[in-house]
Amino acid sequence: MEVPTEIRRAMVAHAHFCYPEEACGLLAVDEEGRLRMAYCLGNADLSAVTYSLEPEEHFRALRHAEANGWRLGGVFHSHTHSPARPSPTDVAQALEPDWLYVLVSLEDRDAPEVRGFWIRDGKVEEEPLVASTGEVMEVSQ
Amino acid sequence: MSVEVRIPTVLRPKTGGQAVVFAEGSTVREVLAAVEAAHPGFGAMVVEASGALKRFVNIFLDDEDVRYRQGLDTPVPDGSTLVLLPAVAGG
Repeated sequence: MEVPTEIRRAMVAHAHFCYPEEACGLLAVDEEGRLRMAYCLGNADLSAVTYSLEPEEHFRALRHAEANGWRLGGVFHSHTHSPARPSPTDVAQALEPDWLYVLVSLEDRDAPEVRGFWIRDGKVEEEPLVASTGEVMEVSQ
Repeated sequence: MSVEVRIPTVLRPKTGGQAVVFAEGSTVREVLAAVEAAHPGFGAMVVEASGALKRFVNIFLDDEDVRYRQGLDTPVPDGSTLVLLPAVAGG
């Protein structure tokens, strides 16, 4: 999947901003499945080891995506001290088979790693992420 | 009049795959009970045996989280939309 440079930059910036706590947010895709928006949201857990989206922010992101003709198509979060791979907790709590689960690792804070995965029925499959320079909007909430 | 209920992906196996269902009811609890009547098994995914809303389910009534109103006893005007959102979390 192509990841516009601005979206990658927004996810990594949000991960740095929230450090040492985990950062999280949602991703919107258009009707062709292209990533269009990263919603950088609050971590209700305020934790370095877990995250949960604020329901109100989740709802507002849903509304915003739909108002633009998109849908929510993924979630991203950071791992502050471990690789960019879904943890057992991530796999156990993944409920959306059609969502891309993006991990941003700040294990090496000077070289953040961003990887994407599908998590279906407890199985993890990596989706190669390819940088693109397509024009997108970007918001932080 | 009925209420539109938007079903998240994780609950759609309980509604025959439908992303939107319509149900009657004057409170959130009544609307959910009507969905359960039409789609047995749905209710247990959303409401605890004690009658409380499950912790990992969020319900928005016309853009407002019902937890900040009267929970499952929040009145539902005719023609409203209930949006069910699962908690999104991980580690």
